[in-house]
Amino acid sequence: MSGFRLDRGGRVDRTRPIGFSFDGATYRGFAGDTLASALLANGVMLFGRSFKYHRPRGLLGAGSEEPNALISVSRGPGRHTPNQRATAIEIYEGLTATSQNRWPSLKTDLGAINDRLGMFLPAGFYNKTFMWPRSFWDKLYEPLIRRAAGLGEAPSEEDPDHYGATYAHCDLLIVGAGPAGIDAALEASGTAKRVILIDEQDEPGGGALDDPALWSWLSESLKDLAAAPNVTMLSRTTAFGYYHDNFIGAVERLTDHSAEIGSGPREKLWRIRAAEVILAQGAIERPLVFAGNDVPGVMLASAARTYLHRYAVAVGRSVAVMAAQDSGWRDAFAHARAGVNIAAIVEVRETVTPALLDEAQALGIAVQLGHSVIEVHGRHAVKDVTTARNDGTAVNRLTCDALLMAGGWTPSVHLWSHSKGTLAWDEALGAYVPDRANENVRCVGACSGTWNFGSGMVIDRLPTPRNQAKIKAFVDFQNDVTAKDIDLAVREGFKSIEHIKRYTTTGMATDQGKTSNLNGLQIASKALGRHATEVGLTTFRPPYTPQTFGALAGHAQGALFQPIRKTPIDGWAEENGAVFELVAQWRRARYFPQAGEDMHAAVNRECRAVRSAVGIFDASTLGKIEVVGPDAAEFLNRMYTNPWKALEPGRCRYGLLLREDGFITDDGVSARLARDRFHLTTTTGGAARVLNMMEDYLQTEWPELDVWLTSTTEQWAVIALQGPLARQVLEPLVEGIDLSPEAFPHMAIREGTICGVPTRLFRVSFTGELGFEINVPAAYGRALWERLMDVGAAFGITPYGTEAMHVLRAEKGFVIVGQDTDGTVTPDDAGLDWAVGKKKSDFVGKRSLSRPDIVAEGRKQLVGLLTDDPAVVLEEGAQIVADPDQPIPMTMIGHVTSAYWSEALGRSIALALVAGGRQRMGEVLYVPMPGTVISTKVSGTVFYDPEGARLNG
Amino acid sequence: MLLIHCPYCDEQRAEIEFAYAGEAHIARPPDPSALSDEDWSRYLFIRSNPRGRHHERWRHIHGCGRFFNAVRDTVTDTFEATYKAGEPRR
Ligand SMILES: [Zn+2]
Repeated sequence: MSGFRLDRGGRVDRTRPIGFSFDGATYRGFAGDTLASALLANGVMLFGRSFKYHRPRGLLGAGSEEPNALISVSRGPGRHTPNQRATAIEIYEGLTATSQNRWPSLKTDLGAINDRLGMFLPAGFYNKTFMWPRSFWDKLYEPLIRRAAGLGEAPSEEDPDHYGATYAHCDLLIVGAGPAGIDAALEASGTAKRVILIDEQDEPGGGALDDPALWSWLSESLKDLAAAPNVTMLSRTTAFGYYHDNFIGAVERLTDHSAEIGSGPREKLWRIRAAEVILAQGAIERPLVFAGNDVPGVMLASAARTYLHRYAVAVGRSVAVMAAQDSGWRDAFAHARAGVNIAAIVEVRETVTPALLDEAQALGIAVQLGHSVIEVHGRHAVKDVTTARNDGTAVNRLTCDALLMAGGWTPSVHLWSHSKGTLAWDEALGAYVPDRANENVRCVGACSGTWNFGSGMVIDRLPTPRNQAKIKAFVDFQNDVTAKDIDLAVREGFKSIEHIKRYTTTGMATDQGKTSNLNGLQIASKALGRHATEVGLTTFRPPYTPQTFGALAGHAQGALFQPIRKTPIDGWAEENGAVFELVAQWRRARYFPQAGEDMHAAVNRECRAVRSAVGIFDASTLGKIEVVGPDAAEFLNRMYTNPWKALEPGRCRYGLLLREDGFITDDGVSARLARDRFHLTTTTGGAARVLNMMEDYLQTEWPELDVWLTSTTEQWAVIALQGPLARQVLEPLVEGIDLSPEAFPHMAIREGTICGVPTRLFRVSFTGELGFEINVPAAYGRALWERLMDVGAAFGITPYGTEAMHVLRAEKGFVIVGQDTDGTVTPDDAGLDWAVGKKKSDFVGKRSLSRPDIVAEGRKQLVGLLTDDPAVVLEEGAQIVADPDQPIPMTMIGHVTSAYWSEALGRSIALALVAGGRQRMGEVLYVPMPGTVISTKVSGTVFYDPEGARLNG
Repeated sequence: MLLIHCPYCDEQRAEIEFAYAGEAHIARPPDPSALSDEDWSRYLFIRSNPRGRHHERWRHIHGCGRFFNAVRDTVTDTFEATYKAGEPRR
């Protein structure tokens, strides 16, 4: 037990003790503590096990850069968050935290055997070892590796929390409320600018929180900012990504720190657009690389100072400092002044400024100049360390229970790099600093590299008389990468830092190498004998720190995932027990089960009603476009495959729409209302795409055409009446339209009124029966539907859903674009060659229809399939083969696109795309399924009423 | 998320209002039937994919609905200019 709470000082509230648990043991801390500081105050040094070697690990840092102390926090079912940094978890009464990656316990972890087997786990180990046989990967290797070397476990329950999201706009966004960020905010507070200042910690202040001399300045400054009406201050908010045009993503944590979860959102996603951004993210201290630098109790000197001043926690009773930088000396002095014994300052440099030596002497601190720590003793905590002169002589032991490392400073350029600002190498810092901005952004304070870090020595690893190839000197603590791993990667031929990074996994852990990238770069640079700038720098990508899925996407879950479009008749369907399905965001009635019916029974009954009496169907989701203007017919003639100019007003035409590459993209029946006015319909899912495509041609290819396109999809409710009795139901309700077959033939449109409401009445059929599609203004849709149900009751009118609609159209061989076609199907492939105007000189896609691949033999063609066993319904998507005895991999010659039980035929039917299909009429093909092979005969696509006699009722 | 200047609305608006529409200044041949298979394939499929200045089309689909042209740097993602359809290549 090493760390302890000092009697006085710190910013914690000693009047508010807080109880919490870690790995089942209960502890007490104070309000203002993090889990890290509170445990440290209780003498806990061991926080986790490392990723690969399962080595015991303690705290390296005190902030969001912490690589070791990854913790899971549980607060009830679904509220389990793994991989949180102990240094960023605020304690609250009842906090339940557990360590990770250990079994059975943190102290006794069987996985630690990996540490002894380290010679077998070199860089690239996974790539080298688990490559073969490939089939072992999914079932054996990966689960094994994941269990042995993993992070925390994801919860399996649904997340009960909810999440918020908002947009914000400001003139100035400042990221980081340390001294530099606060100064920038104070400067802007007197202006008219809208300012947002965000900071990831629970308390603003950044580095000032670690320096009692700045505390009065800090509280005065925060008061001024709070009083400034133009400044918004967001705490516990992490700017995780910097995107184009000064768009910053940030997550505000609202409830994770409080004992009561409450009813509000857990986290809030801020999407901030700023005219100007100031980054004041500070700098992160670098560890030094030497054997045993990961033993619990070895930590960053700056982190120890944070624990000391901010939390009044000493990290040990006798603390040694391993410095390559003046800042380490100052941190040692701070400890000594606070009454913590400093065992010695071990300094790798041969000389330092006399002022430091004087102050050390005045404080009674022993100094070893030109020395390095070469070994750390102790497994779960530091017991003592061995130091030696840099030439390897004067080896001696130094008793201490904590060792602080001062290896230099790395400006936090993550967000700057996200914004594509360039970086320049700073030789004195041994780090990259911001250079040229790509956005309206600048860096201030430590992250700009201009902060006074004091002087120091940039060193890739400490000298040691021991064999560097035999010691574990850690570079990336979270991914367990050592200096010798990087040496090995270089020996094996890797030259670019991007490759070395991926091979060794340096900097690829959840901390993105905040404490390791620069050491890794310098070791690689040394091993390659090339300057660091020639080795490069790995790319920083969002997020700056890991964020929850909830924060990023949780505001759009459940009913808020996407809008659900409902037709005017949806309410009736719901009240009448419809089972719904989603079709391109539309909620459509799939079938209307009656008491005791399953889907099969309901669909069969609905199909029978349409074939024998009359069915009623809500077709309101059909896409609709009003095409108006003197050139309307010319425009449609150019867009669709069929001829349109000769179509008489009052008549309809089936239109087939291709992309320019010749493949079918949409279809629909359209009507000519007048010389200059068409009512187009599109597929339900294609409405927006078709309108966009038509607008594209109209605006950019043929701007000379005088045509206007208007989406009218939601203006019209569409009710399909289909069946031999459809006319009888309709007749008494319609005024001004002669419904007789002679006056109103198939594929015609009439305008008039129905129940006193204006209507565009289509005589069309997607079932093969006598049929009408009644368009009325959307607001009248439900009233008309109910009226038709009343009037139709005497005729056995039956509402049917999309499932019966699919069966009925498949019986007639009508394709559904997107189901029976897949973007690689031409009109000829689909058997729709009749819809292509042969005499037309041009239309969209025409030229492609004569490309060599399109006219080649053996293309997949749409055919019918009739299974030998009529009771077997094929599975849509099932693959088709000609030879069922061929060994795997078999030659697949096509697939089933539609398959149903046909109630009218008393057997199954299917549509399929089959290579050379129309030359295979009557041929037997096979559909291999798990455990069986289904044999089936190729047929035409029209299964029912091939003469079309039923269209006339 | 990019900010894009619509030359018709003369406003800079957020990217979510716009839809990308491929490379610009690739006019549909006035008489496709006069083209060889190879030339037609080139029109259909071959795009310049430059590193740097890219001429491309966008549609202000959730705004005025107009298609327009833009020059965007594919390395920095910054827009050099946007201009109306039919105006000469910048
Ligand atoms: Zn616009």
